[in-house]
Amino acid sequence: MAGEKKGLVLLDYWVSPFGQRCRIGLAEKGLEYEYSEQELLGDRSELLLRSNPVHKAVPVLLHDGRPVCESLLILHYLDEAFPNSPPLLPADPYARAQARFWAAYSDKVYEVGTRLWKLRGEEQARARDDMVEVLGNLDGELGDKAFFAGEAFGFVDLAVAPFTPWLPSYGRYGGFSVEREWPRLAAWARRCAGRESVAKSLQPPEKVDEYINVLKKHCGIND
Amino acid sequence: MVPASASLHCHDTRSLTGTEAKMAEQVKLIGSSNSPFVHRAAVALRLKGVPYEFIREDMSNKSELLLKHNPVHKKVPVLLHGDRAVCESLVIVEYVDEAFDGGPPLLPADPYDRATARFWAHFLEEKCLKSLWPALWTEGEVQEAAMKEARENLALVEEQLREKRFFGGDSIGLADIAGAGLLGHWVGVLEEVAGVRVLSDKEHPALRRWAAEYLANEAVKECLPDRDQLLSHFSAIRDKCVSVAKSMLPK
Repeated sequence: MAGEKKGLVLLDYWVSPFGQRCRIGLAEKGLEYEYSEQELLGDRSELLLRSNPVHKAVPVLLHDGRPVCESLLILHYLDEAFPNSPPLLPADPYARAQARFWAAYSDKVYEVGTRLWKLRGEEQARARDDMVEVLGNLDGELGDKAFFAGEAFGFVDLAVAPFTPWLPSYGRYGGFSVEREWPRLAAWARRCAGRESVAKSLQPPEKVDEYINVLKKHCGIND
Repeated sequence: MVPASASLHCHDTRSLTGTEAKMAEQVKLIGSSNSPFVHRAAVALRLKGVPYEFIREDMSNKSELLLKHNPVHKKVPVLLHGDRAVCESLVIVEYVDEAFDGGPPLLPADPYDRATARFWAHFLEEKCLKSLWPALWTEGEVQEAAMKEARENLALVEEQLREKRFFGGDSIGLADIAGAGLLGHWVGVLEEVAGVRVLSDKEHPALRRWAAEYLANEAVKECLPDRDQLLSHFSAIRDKCVSVAKSMLPK
């Protein structure tokens, strides 16, 4: 494409767990890319609006100027466009179906978590119940395994890990302790955090909590 | 009478020969007769030429089989391939594409085109459908806002379809399976039950054309529920549609 920037550019936002999924994926595959921090609370850049006109959201991966949107789709794209790098998804169709199911399901952690810090009263209580169900399901799927698919770090771990620094905050708003209620999940989170690609991509929980406060002010929530 | 060639796909395996029954036993689709999501899974199986047994689920009285194989969502469709269960209609479609040889590919070969197909499949599933539901079933100002969003989303789909026969090109693919049945067949019924118009020939000519081509496909026709049946079904559950729509509104 004439005039288009060659190589990989990731339009992202420092604390976005969806962007972090892509950063972890790129690191796992050993792929070089340019990280481009985007403005989300203020005006979105021309580049972001042009690259993701439908959702106007990060992450967006630009490959030789062509945009790929949505974190899980970006991860699929990386596997398919760079077949000579370590695969993020398993090879077996059934294992892939399971990976896709649980990675997509894990989006609920962020969706429900947002309701948890935003809402109050009965709606917040409902969000809490939903979060307990979601984390319970994830914990159940993990079971006593080291990682979701077994012995090795894989697609589902990659998809879920970025939500782990948000869990202490969600726990505060929801009145639960991940450590106490789902110790296996808590141990898994620590196991993932020890992995280089994950450690380099995630923000510490304190920064995430600070950010939630920024979002609350932005929404006019004062408690 | 169900013709012999369609017998592999019919609800009752007692009419199959021994060999046919054995083949059909391997793949089962748990579903209800009125679900556009079940339709997606059925279309994928038929396009790939995979024989299957349809297990009809009564959603008002969920079976042990369903609850065992989809404990997380407790929803249909669920694909059983041997003893392996695959849940979520679009996951099922990709699984069917990858697990079975034969039949046309449901996704293009090029990685960028695959990403584009998946993007529109998800858009149709997430944004389109989720904005349509409140647009149909709420009232007053809330409905006006929902309708505005639904129409914006439909306009995006319309724009995409101006240059294409199907999202995937010449043949039906993932994104078409995600949206054409819903927008071409189910939405007409829902509009009638709700008394609300969302789609029109004037504003959505490409969408109409795309849906018509999809609905003309033989594999699609074989697993499309009868319009009157859908009308009767959704009329009966109108109240439930309204309460679901309310729960979908942003807080």
